[in-house]
Amino acid sequence: MAPALLESSMARDFAWIRPEPHGIHIAPADIWIDPSRPVPRALVTHGHADHARGGHGETIATPETLAIMELRYQTREGARPAQYGETIRLSGGVDATFIPAGHVLGSAQILLEHAGERVVVTGDFKRQPDPTCTPFVTTPCDIFVTEATFGLPVFRHPPIFTELTRLIDRLHADSDRCVLVGAYALGKAQRVIAELRQIGHHDPIYIHGAMERMCRLYENFGIDLGELRLVSDSEKDAMRGAVVICPPSALNDRWSRRLPDPVTAMASGWMQVRQRARQRNVELPLVISDHADWDELTATIEQVDPQESWITHGREEALLRWHQLHQRRARALALVGYEDEDD
Amino acid sequence: MERFAALVDALVYTRSRNEKLRLIASYLRDTADPDRGWALAALTGALDFPAVKSSTIRAMMQQRVDPELWALSRDFVGDTAETASLLWPAPDGEREPAPTVSEAVALLSAMTRANVQAELPRLLDRLDPSGRYALLKLATGAMRIGVSSRLAKVAFAQAFAVAVEEVEEHWHGLTAPYPELFAWAAEGAAPPDTASRPTFRPFMLAHPLEDGTVDLADYAAEWKWDGIRVELVRVNGETRLYSRSGDDISATFPELTDVLPIDAVLDGELLVRGSHQGGEEGGAASFNALQQRLGRKTVSRKMLNEYPAFVRLYDVLMAEGADLRELPWSERRTRLEALMPRLPDSHFDISEIVSAPDFAALAAIRESARDAAIEGLMLKRRDSPYVAGRKAGLWYKWKRDPLLIDCVLMYAQRGSGKRSSFYSDYTFGCWNGDPDDGADLLPVGKAYSGFTDAELKQIDRHVRQHTVNRFGPVREVDRSLVFEVAFDSVHTSKRHKSGLAMRFPRIHRIRWDKPSHEADRIETLSALIRD
Repeated sequence: MAPALLESSMARDFAWIRPEPHGIHIAPADIWIDPSRPVPRALVTHGHADHARGGHGETIATPETLAIMELRYQTREGARPAQYGETIRLSGGVDATFIPAGHVLGSAQILLEHAGERVVVTGDFKRQPDPTCTPFVTTPCDIFVTEATFGLPVFRHPPIFTELTRLIDRLHADSDRCVLVGAYALGKAQRVIAELRQIGHHDPIYIHGAMERMCRLYENFGIDLGELRLVSDSEKDAMRGAVVICPPSALNDRWSRRLPDPVTAMASGWMQVRQRARQRNVELPLVISDHADWDELTATIEQVDPQESWITHGREEALLRWHQLHQRRARALALVGYEDEDD
Repeated sequence: MERFAALVDALVYTRSRNEKLRLIASYLRDTADPDRGWALAALTGALDFPAVKSSTIRAMMQQRVDPELWALSRDFVGDTAETASLLWPAPDGEREPAPTVSEAVALLSAMTRANVQAELPRLLDRLDPSGRYALLKLATGAMRIGVSSRLAKVAFAQAFAVAVEEVEEHWHGLTAPYPELFAWAAEGAAPPDTASRPTFRPFMLAHPLEDGTVDLADYAAEWKWDGIRVELVRVNGETRLYSRSGDDISATFPELTDVLPIDAVLDGELLVRGSHQGGEEGGAASFNALQQRLGRKTVSRKMLNEYPAFVRLYDVLMAEGADLRELPWSERRTRLEALMPRLPDSHFDISEIVSAPDFAALAAIRESARDAAIEGLMLKRRDSPYVAGRKAGLWYKWKRDPLLIDCVLMYAQRGSGKRSSFYSDYTFGCWNGDPDDGADLLPVGKAYSGFTDAELKQIDRHVRQHTVNRFGPVREVDRSLVFEVAFDSVHTSKRHKSGLAMRFPRIHRIRWDKPSHEADRIETLSALIRD
């Protein structure tokens, strides 16, 4: 193969990789990335349900992501693990390499190479440090397929330390209550717990039953979460002055009535906007996100320096405008089915 | 400023009224003068800095952020001050110490249109995002954080264990930062002297009459006029005009501040005279005409001549030193009628009693009222004292049934505040001919109320799925959804392409079932004009 010759003799049209409404399709290998409906062959970037659906014939993903999918869908059929940095030869002359994305445990960007052309699909990613997953690795490419969940310049996620300090302060100020933190059950919850341990909070943390198995899975992959107790096994009075973590959907649910007068908190990038916090009835908004904020998105694109960016989902209009202002090429893909309301 | 910013944020995130009261009360107790007085003024919307407006903030941000990125951000956040506080490019290095509330107020007061674009940024540079938000909210006088001035007064009363009625009585007529008020409540000094000043007395309000009837032996009926409710107060020869919320609007209607010949407190409807605007001969014009006069800080001579204001009186609260509020309505009415010959008829008349033999006859009179300045009827219990607020069973408002028309949704815009993620403001149109013959839709009005939260979600989904064009925060939709729009009246207007302007349009029903070509035509709407 002679990339230089190819580049000079034919237009680079990247016809081998196409965004379709239900995912990104790689024609020579007939394989899909994060398809939103069952397909014969899929590459999956990470375990969040909107990216990792069940029912595919063959699924190639990191061992962590496959374990998460097995937990969700109770089957390992067709699972084919790919380690970070490992290149997998697909049919039709397409190579796929899994690269850390720093989003949640096992999350990967997927580098696709075909006929000398390089495309990186990030899935979701962030650049802030996270003790529960391998940090993002910048990978040069021709086309950079990025998310834009927080693709507006108002989104600047503060360091997680300042947000957790506010949580601990509130815990001390209202010591006969508990602080109930709504956090996405995969990734956010474990990160909040692990970060609380890092800043020296070693009291038992109480969790909603729906999070138990995912926390155990993290522990099995070597992430230390300290002492966790189930809310359902605990007395109300034992939880006074404690941190309780539940999925966002349980925050205003009848479930929370068993807690001692909870201060409602939520860990999400959306908490940056006051009215979003109000819409969720949140008293203590914690701006903690597993997605890149505006500065991370734009800095990453500058570092990767692709010929063109493809924007999969989120606030694509503003990120498109940024590309225009910086004389960079970009297009929005309008993929369906990626949801981001709870992050 | 940090404490005030923390209070503002805590209030934003608190739903419970008791918790809000606790937060404000503890701030007022623990903060020194004059900071707490300025904070109180900010919470109750009593501050005004002429050089700092929402447009000032927009202009300031235009110099620092790409206009399109600004528009997208503002659209998402739903609030100009908050968007600016988040987008503000913080200076590198150590911040100068944050100002106190008093210092911020002093600096904001000193700003002029000429220097605000240089001075405001210097103040913002000294604050963190939450401080910037609080400062910009304070500066533009639009806190909108769910704290009414009533709530602030109750919190003040709680903070210092004094009676809220006393707080209300003493509050009006004082100016920020209210040193006399704090000296009285917090330090036990003598109460401020407000009896000798023209202060506001809270209005008596009415409940809507839903389905029931009332016995006309117990209730008197009078017209409900379509102007603005005002209170005219004269004490020691000084006259003030207050709006329903207790705002002093004397400067907007200067012709009314030197025509009351006696010390009194009068309740009435402010209207503009003129039959050419659809009113009775020599009487009240439509609300359309009054609108020309509202919201102005200064008034030109031309305005005064073309749209002369007068007050149609409903009630008398005090007259020549006597407090009449305890008397029954019928007795106060007699006093008011007796007062009328002493008031100049150039600026005052009395709202007539509507007599009817029975309730059915009254209903017929209400339906046949053609005057554009009539909104409906008021029903007042003949023995009712004048009590502040809305007390059950005493006064009812009985509005005329609205007019209805079927319109087609054309554009939708995202709302503000709690609705900032929803397309909640709708522009709709009527056909300018036969839609099957290629007629077009012309916009006839805008509405953003009349639907439930569940319906808002449905319409929002419809808008997102039927978008044909985007203009910043506005989406144009395909012409597929019909709204049954309710409105109080329709007038000619030069400002709209259709030549029509509706009053109080709101969504009455969503006609998911109705094909859009069956919606109404412009001519149907123009037939309802009563100008």
